[in-house]
Amino acid sequence: MKKFYHHIVQISGNVITVLAPNVPYYSLAEVVSDQGTSLAQVIRLDGDRVSLQVFAGSRGIATDSRVRFLGHPMRVSASANLLGRVFNGSGEPRDAGPPLSDNQIEIGGPSVNPSRRIVPRNMIRTGLPMIDLFNTLVESQKLPIFSSAGEPYNDLLARIAMQAEVDLILVGGMGLKYDDYLFFHQTLEKHGALSRSILFIHTASDPVVECLLVPDMALAVAEHFAVNENKRVLVLLTDMTNFCDAMKEIAITMEQIPSNRGYPGDLYSQLASRYEKAVDFEGAGSITVLAVTTMPGDDVTHPVPDNTGYITEGQFYLKQGRIEPFGSLSRLKQQVNDATRSDHRALMDTMIRLYADFREAQEKRAMGFRVSEWDTKLLKYGDLFEARMMDLSVNIPLEKALDLGWTTLAECFEPAETGIKSDLIAQYWPKAQ
Amino acid sequence: MVRKQYKKGKVVGVNGNMVSVRYETTVIQNEVAYVLTGNCRLKGEVIRVRGEEADLQIFEDTRDIKIGDGVEFSGELLSLQLGPGLLTKVFDGLQNPLPKLAEQAGFFLQRGLYLDPLDREQQWAFTPQVQVGAVVSAGDAVGTVPEGLFQHRIMVPFAWPGTWQVVWIAPTSYLTVDNVVARLSNGREERQMTMVQSWPVKIPIDAYRKKHLPVDPLVTQIRVIDTFFPVAKGGTFCVPGPFGAGKTVLQHSLSRYSEVDVVIMAACGERAGEVVEVLTEFPELEDPRTGRSLMDRTIIICNTSSMPVAARETSIYTSVTLAEYYRQMGLHVLLLADSTSRWAQALREMSGRLEEIPGEEAFPAYLETRIAGFYERAGLVELNDASFGSITIGGAVSPAGGNFEEPVTQGTLKVVGGFLGLSRDRANARRYPAINPLDSWSKYHPVVPSQKVRRARTVLQQGNDINQMMKVVGEEGTPVEDFTLFLKSEFLDSVYLQQNSFDAIDAACSAERQNYLFEKVLGVIEGQFDLASHGEARSFFQNLRQLFIDWHYTPWDSGEFRAAESRIDELLAAKRRS
Ligand SMILES: Nc1ncnc2c1ncn2[C@@H]1O[C@H](COP(=O)(O)OP(=O)(O)OP(=O)(O)O)[C@@H](O)[C@H]1O
Ligand SMILES: [Mg+2]
Repeated sequence: MKKFYHHIVQISGNVITVLAPNVPYYSLAEVVSDQGTSLAQVIRLDGDRVSLQVFAGSRGIATDSRVRFLGHPMRVSASANLLGRVFNGSGEPRDAGPPLSDNQIEIGGPSVNPSRRIVPRNMIRTGLPMIDLFNTLVESQKLPIFSSAGEPYNDLLARIAMQAEVDLILVGGMGLKYDDYLFFHQTLEKHGALSRSILFIHTASDPVVECLLVPDMALAVAEHFAVNENKRVLVLLTDMTNFCDAMKEIAITMEQIPSNRGYPGDLYSQLASRYEKAVDFEGAGSITVLAVTTMPGDDVTHPVPDNTGYITEGQFYLKQGRIEPFGSLSRLKQQVNDATRSDHRALMDTMIRLYADFREAQEKRAMGFRVSEWDTKLLKYGDLFEARMMDLSVNIPLEKALDLGWTTLAECFEPAETGIKSDLIAQYWPKAQ
Repeated sequence: MVRKQYKKGKVVGVNGNMVSVRYETTVIQNEVAYVLTGNCRLKGEVIRVRGEEADLQIFEDTRDIKIGDGVEFSGELLSLQLGPGLLTKVFDGLQNPLPKLAEQAGFFLQRGLYLDPLDREQQWAFTPQVQVGAVVSAGDAVGTVPEGLFQHRIMVPFAWPGTWQVVWIAPTSYLTVDNVVARLSNGREERQMTMVQSWPVKIPIDAYRKKHLPVDPLVTQIRVIDTFFPVAKGGTFCVPGPFGAGKTVLQHSLSRYSEVDVVIMAACGERAGEVVEVLTEFPELEDPRTGRSLMDRTIIICNTSSMPVAARETSIYTSVTLAEYYRQMGLHVLLLADSTSRWAQALREMSGRLEEIPGEEAFPAYLETRIAGFYERAGLVELNDASFGSITIGGAVSPAGGNFEEPVTQGTLKVVGGFLGLSRDRANARRYPAINPLDSWSKYHPVVPSQKVRRARTVLQQGNDINQMMKVVGEEGTPVEDFTLFLKSEFLDSVYLQQNSFDAIDAACSAERQNYLFEKVLGVIEGQFDLASHGEARSFFQNLRQLFIDWHYTPWDSGEFRAAESRIDELLAAKRRS
């Protein structure tokens, strides 16, 4: 299929339509115009009308620009040569290194057979009590950080990545600010982790279609390393809201009927097909996906965080520089927190419940009501909880955090006021001095 | 077997998973067709016919399909293979056995690979139930084979019209599903029947005498459900809730502890990991009612979120057709679908590609009819032999933004008999199961006397009102009487409505235990106690709650159970107003 086609009959948004026979659906083409050469993907076939999504955008494409069909879908090179390298959404180098073409694999491959999955079992320690104690992160989990715009979400992402014991880190940047890209690069370098990292970066100024490719590129490479090289891979995706907005932009220019605030009706399925790549392979490696989802207008019911929450296995809710106890959730925590320590589950539930009561007491106080004796206890507890558990500067192992939890309860309450089972109280409640 | 004769066609367009085909002779709406591309044969279903073109929704990734690729039309509607050996299995939405696919294709699903849902080699111990000369009709059993716990009825195919006379019946013997078990004649023709029949998923099986009103409670062993918002055998209910509110955990509890014969779990467009938990745990768990593994009564239809969307749409029908098949054997079947919203979204995606005029939130205009049609397949039926079978359907609903004012929730509420609404606030406060006790409702009968339940609900309502009031006047502005009532409602909430799904004992509360416990709790919330101050009232109820929670963790009617109960009785006696 070396032949060129010249007859472009429609240009609209990033989509061009060219007349050509015998083109496989979803395959790639090269579009050559005065602006240079761009990859494009077949997104619709209608008789001999072939619609292509042009990765670099349609600007400057002429009705007689040349289109050459490659006959295969998007691929990425997956080998050890990628380590330490930085690529764009089309898989071209962003750094000074050479382009890579060995071991080309298709991106967006089929999903894992559910019957071959295994129940996740390994905790990933982060040193943050809000995660380790209350929302335990588990290998092969898919979990986003929900955050409003100004929060230090990339710092949190990087911090967890540096602390986590994994073999390989893949960074997928979408609509990233250039500074944030530099931040990730430098952080990896500083911790000596760059040589076990691979970056696919789309920055805010790059063509929007390339943004869409980033998660698939990163996840395809991750899958290669997990399945064929038994690696435990951590994939960082930031910011998935930009990915969704790119999808929205393209859907609208293609005149698809939007379902909710302009987003296409298949937003859920699109996100799910990426996030579900997180898996623990029996007898091979694993893929853990940590993402950032910024919430437009700080609204968790916005379609992007909403659809994400329905797909992922919990979320860390970043608010005012802290991981919020409410709204934050690790759905896999129960797979591991029965084996950590016998008090883990009960302490986790109780401390959160009391913190909820604290919030109510705080509200009462703010409204000028007299605080009862019970409220006073709660108010003391809440302040201690925030300082000892929620502050992101705290960095202690889980066991220390559990002990600190009991100390905090004992400083504020009588055992019966906590509602914890009596046998645990007998075992763990700090003895009065 | 003779190779089937297929009608032919050619691909003329591809848009996502929709393929347009120019057909040669005729097509049937909803018939199965295959697109031949490269060395793959991709399954699809006709969803629209316009002029000389038929639009297919393809149950697979459509990459590499070309204009001009060949298409084979099967002439058959999308159907299931029904026969012994379905229990314990895990199928995708099209009834492909997932573990067998993995044996052939490894870690990943392979498109175009379709396998037989039934084991064709296995020998079943057939026992005839009718004699030569007997007159039978669709749905009547001619014999049985033991399948796990049950006598699996080998039934006259549901599609055979009129009455038939048994011409020949196989003797007691070991047979495979494809062996002939009987020959029947209707006077004009003679047909052979095997243990397998095929039935189109989108058409309800109606080989029964009549439908009855569901009355008997389906005991789920979840207190808030059985006592406050009960489910009936043959009834329907929905569980809407925002993400993370506990729909799946609740459905898993229901699948474990419900007192039914067969459970069908439809994992429809949700996380694969959640199915894996069930797959790993169920074979190890014992069903206390039968002493056998829980898996023995379970079928899982697994078409999770990253699996093809068109097959997700089908998976709901696949599940309910399997439920109907086992109902025809006089069994009580519980079908749990998680989540019906993902099914509705699959309808929406396809409707969008067909460029149909969209309704609210771009869902198709026929959404409500489809939802109603699905829940209508539930029910309690009297079979031809006067035995009863039932299908109870419980559907999770995942409303966008957690807002129940959206088309799928609203369409569902119109047709179900029970509404178990999960609340974000209750989930945040870890009050599980997070079923909102003030908004939820059920039309069915509870396992405890309903007039007592009304009294308890009144306390919940009053407690809520007082709590609202306290937000305005503060605790000190609330009289001790009222404050005590508020504490009583909180007590009822924490020791009765809330239940620990992850504790081996508390997770399941039998109807008997519920009656016993409810009596005790009612005694507390309707009791009069000497409580002089707000502080004293609070600490009394805190202590009481503690004792009840300890009580929950003791096995029913054990020594520990009685010891814990007597500690409660002591505390109550000490404070009860004389
Ligand atoms: N009964 C319960 N007891 C204890 N924890 C629970 C209970 N129900 C839910 N949870 C907690 O909440 C988490 C989310 O529950 P679940 O997965 O059932 O939510 P969901 O409503 O199905 O969410 P989604 O719509 O996203 O699938 C669980 O992983 C668990 O941590
Ligand atoms: Mg769920």
